Amino acid sequence: MEILKTSMTELKQHIDNGDVSCEAVTSAFLEQTKKHNTELNAYITINENAIEQAHELDKRHKAGEKLGKLGGIPIAVKDLLCTRGIRTTAGSKMLHNFVPPYSSTVTEKMDEEDAIVLGKTNLDEFAMGSSNETSYFGPVKNPWDTTRVPGGSSGGSAAAVAARMAPAAIGTDTGGSIRQPSSFTGIVGVKPTYGRVSRFGITAFASSLDQAGPMANNVKDAALLLEAISGRDGQDATSANLPVPNWVESINTNVAGKTVGLLKECFEDGAMTDEVRKVVDNSLNILKDLGVKFKEVSVPAIDTAVPIYYLIATSEASSNLARYDGVRFGHRANFDEIPAENIAEFYARTRAEGFGEEVKRRIMMGAFSLSSGYYDAYYDKACRVRALLRKQYLEALEGCELLFGPVTTSTAFKIGERIDDPIEMYNNDIFTTGCNLAGLPGMSVPAGFSSEGLPVGVQLIGRHFEEQNLFDFGQALEDELKLSEVPSVL
Amino acid sequence: MSYDDWELVCGLEIHAQLKTKSKMFSPDSGDFGAGDNVNTHPVTLGMPGCLPVPNKQAIEYSVKTGLALNCTIRNTSVFSRKNYYYPDLPKGYQISQFDKPLCEEGFVEFKLGDEKKRVRIERAHMEEDAGKSTHHGEYTLINLNRAGVPLLEIVSRPDIRSAEEAAEYARAVRKILRYIEVCDGNLEEGSMRCDCNVSVRKKGDEKLGTRCEIKNVNSFRFVQKAIEYETQRQIDVLESGGKIVQQTRLYDSAANKTFAMRDKEDAHDYRYFPEPDMLPVELTEEYISKVESTLCELPDARVKRFMAEYELPEYDSLILTQERDLADYYEAVAKASNNPKASSNWIMGELLRELNEHELDYSAIPIKAENFAKLIQLIDNKTISGKIAKTVFQELWKKDQDPEDIVKAKGLVQITDEGAIEKVIDEIINANPGQVEQYRGGKNKLFGFFVGQAMKATKGQANPEIVNKILKSKLDG
Repeated sequence: MEILKTSMTELKQHIDNGDVSCEAVTSAFLEQTKKHNTELNAYITINENAIEQAHELDKRHKAGEKLGKLGGIPIAVKDLLCTRGIRTTAGSKMLHNFVPPYSSTVTEKMDEEDAIVLGKTNLDEFAMGSSNETSYFGPVKNPWDTTRVPGGSSGGSAAAVAARMAPAAIGTDTGGSIRQPSSFTGIVGVKPTYGRVSRFGITAFASSLDQAGPMANNVKDAALLLEAISGRDGQDATSANLPVPNWVESINTNVAGKTVGLLKECFEDGAMTDEVRKVVDNSLNILKDLGVKFKEVSVPAIDTAVPIYYLIATSEASSNLARYDGVRFGHRANFDEIPAENIAEFYARTRAEGFGEEVKRRIMMGAFSLSSGYYDAYYDKACRVRALLRKQYLEALEGCELLFGPVTTSTAFKIGERIDDPIEMYNNDIFTTGCNLAGLPGMSVPAGFSSEGLPVGVQLIGRHFEEQNLFDFGQALEDELKLSEVPSVL
Repeated sequence: MSYDDWELVCGLEIHAQLKTKSKMFSPDSGDFGAGDNVNTHPVTLGMPGCLPVPNKQAIEYSVKTGLALNCTIRNTSVFSRKNYYYPDLPKGYQISQFDKPLCEEGFVEFKLGDEKKRVRIERAHMEEDAGKSTHHGEYTLINLNRAGVPLLEIVSRPDIRSAEEAAEYARAVRKILRYIEVCDGNLEEGSMRCDCNVSVRKKGDEKLGTRCEIKNVNSFRFVQKAIEYETQRQIDVLESGGKIVQQTRLYDSAANKTFAMRDKEDAHDYRYFPEPDMLPVELTEEYISKVESTLCELPDARVKRFMAEYELPEYDSLILTQERDLADYYEAVAKASNNPKASSNWIMGELLRELNEHELDYSAIPIKAENFAKLIQLIDNKTISGKIAKTVFQELWKKDQDPEDIVKAKGLVQITDEGAIEKVIDEIINANPGQVEQYRGGKNKLFGFFVGQAMKATKGQANPEIVNKILKSKLDG
């Protein structure tokens, strides 16, 4: 068995059967990480205790203990999730030295299921970006073409999974940050229904939009990881009090006779590049051949999704990031030589140094949209349009199992290509932000390649708390497509 | 123009700290007494990814308070973020309620002298407290134990027309808060804080004048004094042709003055918006009724009942209902003694005097109600005289016990044996022939002398009525 080529689900089985030790699995992925991380920059921090933890699990396993759902599986975790005792930077200078005394509920649940945190992956600073270029720790490179971005903000997690530097990873998705990099790197990424996964201990970007989710090499692995991290959490007042289904066991690829909605607006001429269109059409035809019925639906307000998203996300972010003031933790400007005249200067210098350009831009946009005299015209109006958008999505989903369409308008773009054009960068989120604004679950499934050999994913958007449909259709596609290409870096 | 031509218009914002086990949104305790920065859960510290979870007990207490203040309780109320930077505000925003507060449109009634007053409540909303900064010149120390402690901010309408009325209103609110046991109402320790909004206008004017807010006044006396000073200051400014600048002021109790803290121009734009980390607070009518059913009898109702049920004067009823503990104590004594008026007299007299002298709370009355009641019964069944009873009370205060035991041990039982008393009186008459002659010659005042002698001879234990009767018959007869 080649560990690196084996899926997470299978690795878990081999560990359970005693075919391979946890230590061997963790070692293999650590080796791979050592080999490629310098080039790809996927990880910010490697968990130094990973091997030791694997060893401990082996001991328990040998003693006859049945390990948890993720027993012995090393998993990469986006460096936005707090991990007790392991530095958590959020990709920012502001937190370059922050070691949390607590763990996020997601990593806590992973721990309960005997997973090992392999390391903390790179990301756009505070998850603000679509290319992983805003990270204080440098850009991440796409394993399929290292001159290109892996997408963002969960670019490190995506690159790590694509380059087999981890069997699976945790990402977070505020406006597409799991799905877009998954599409750009040819992996499966799921943004669960808002409220499905606890946000406790996940450095907040935009509280009403953020959700953590799995990023994996196949649908089943993603479903398994999501099962492990989902569920009601008393520490997150927005987490849903619903049981977590057995998605993996329930996967049913017989999709014949089921109805899928096609968002009219996503398929308009010029909505996506021809390369992306080709792959999307191919998947559409496969589903047709499987007996799926398609139905044209419409979300007329979708053209407002990106501006609405950037108003709401930046407004919440401007408030969420106020806590980084240098008083209690994180970066503080050096006042030894030039002391601060007053508290305002203390904050200003600390924050000017600690935050990068994109983060500052978003804080300013958000503070503006919430400020007195502008609130009604910006933040409040955005919230009202958001309610409309949600309503239109729910109407579109009436009478169909899910919506099908593209994840992004194009394939992975070149590093540096869009970083100086925020509007162009933001427009990249056109197909993904709707999910977050409406709280719906969405998934990116690898669906093929462009003529340049770059991965392209398709997006499935389900009804609230009906992730099962995503897994059923995703698995059906995966089974039919049988994609076997691996990134050039391997 | 003179002072009398002007009218004060005042409203109070009272911040009441709720006596919950844990903080408003985090599991750490709100105990002030703990060492510096001990109650600092990551949520309190505003660490990355830490989320607020509303405290059910705090919501219940707030609903309870709203109901006690005759407010309407919103079925849906919303937490909002009030954004501003200060080192003792860990998250850079305070979670409060803005446009949809939990409680709206209530009122409080109280007596001001002989007049009955009603001050309307505009709203009462839940929020979290900030930490505490202490400035030491070069540096500032921050203690975050208090950060996140639940507060209910009770905002009155500008219905108050005198400084005394403001203080009385605040006392009435405190009394209610303590009755329903949601806040200990300690102004000095900051568990209750008062901001006073003060403006003046010419009598008869409809329009409100420009107001100043006096922040954080920490006693009822200072509320009155600060408003008195501020009223005079504003009138002086206006009388001399000046204008009132809208500003936040502080009260310096040592100098008895208010001074400007910040002008409106420096006012923050708080960028309020609905707290996205929490859903709106949804309360069913059923829940609200359930909380209502836990409300105790409120001070006003109790005063009325005391007057009706125990036939007490309003004065007694008001004093005895100051605090729930005292009123409960009174009722226990009144019921057990079956003499409500005597119970009132004894509690308002001897007991309150001792409590004041020893600076004891009504919750710490050292005499069991049943023992106190027995003391009153011993007077009523003529076992002891009222005078002896005071001695017994002193013993009881020193050591709580059955007063009958004190009476027995000290031999204080009243002498009602007429033969025994007559014997004593005969001796006194024989021993004082001069006084007897003077009395009989018309010096009636000397009657008291004989009573005194008789009481002295019996160590105060003789029944005074019998003494009087026998003396009269012997001397006059």
